[in-house]
Amino acid sequence: MKFGLLINEGPYNHQAADTAYKFARAALAKGHEIRRVFFYNDGVNNATRLTEPPQDDRHIVNRWSKLAEEGGIDLVVCVAAGLRRGLVEDNLAPGFRISGLGQLVEAGIEADRLVVFGD
Amino acid sequence: MTDTRDEIDAEEGAGVVKKFMFVNRKAPYGTIYALESLEVVLISAAFDQDVSLAFLDDGVYQLVKGQDTKAIEVKNFSPTYRALEGYDVEKLYVERESLAARGLTEDDLLVPVQVVSAAEMAELMEAQDVVIGF
Repeated sequence: MKFGLLINEGPYNHQAADTAYKFARAALAKGHEIRRVFFYNDGVNNATRLTEPPQDDRHIVNRWSKLAEEGGIDLVVCVAAGLRRGLVEDNLAPGFRISGLGQLVEAGIEADRLVVFGD
Repeated sequence: MTDTRDEIDAEEGAGVVKKFMFVNRKAPYGTIYALESLEVVLISAAFDQDVSLAFLDDGVYQLVKGQDTKAIEVKNFSPTYRALEGYDVEKLYVERESLAARGLTEDDLLVPVQVVSAAEMAELMEAQDVVIGF
């Protein structure tokens, strides 16, 4: 099955980003395709390379970057939501790209299921 | 000729019309969810999709008439709901139970809506291809 993922909450503040990541890994392990992961609302904060959690904690941003590198997953950050929150090309972590909301609608059209991770 | 055209459409996803429902559950101000939901709604309409909006819980407050946000220095975006018709977004469903629980009626709302029961709302959601909740 082709999945699209939408993440609406920021890392560490909310479980949504962790659950979405676990879902993506589990879906890939079962042979499904992740068509795109779209970051919106505070979810855009999953994409900042300035993130530096304590060493004994999971690194949510690096985890996404690694997923993109290993699985060729398309990680897209909403440009408008990003600009509001100070997320721009300069502080974008590897594996992410910035684009418009049309990419979310397109994911909804092309995927068999769009799964929303939010509050 | 027709076959070729169909193949191209299938490949690019062009011409596909899915039923998108945006579910609004939160008050218009206090958090950004309502505003950023509206932004996606406008984009999806530009993609010529079959778009509908659902309002439940505190989300029904998004449609209440006479919003005045001056004191909180936040933009009053409620006029945008009136503009939705111009984007061919005309299916606005409001849950009856959520209105009643807040002492509101259809007359308190700034746009024409269809008031539906929670059970009817569930059926509407069941009929969608994509449900995005904010």
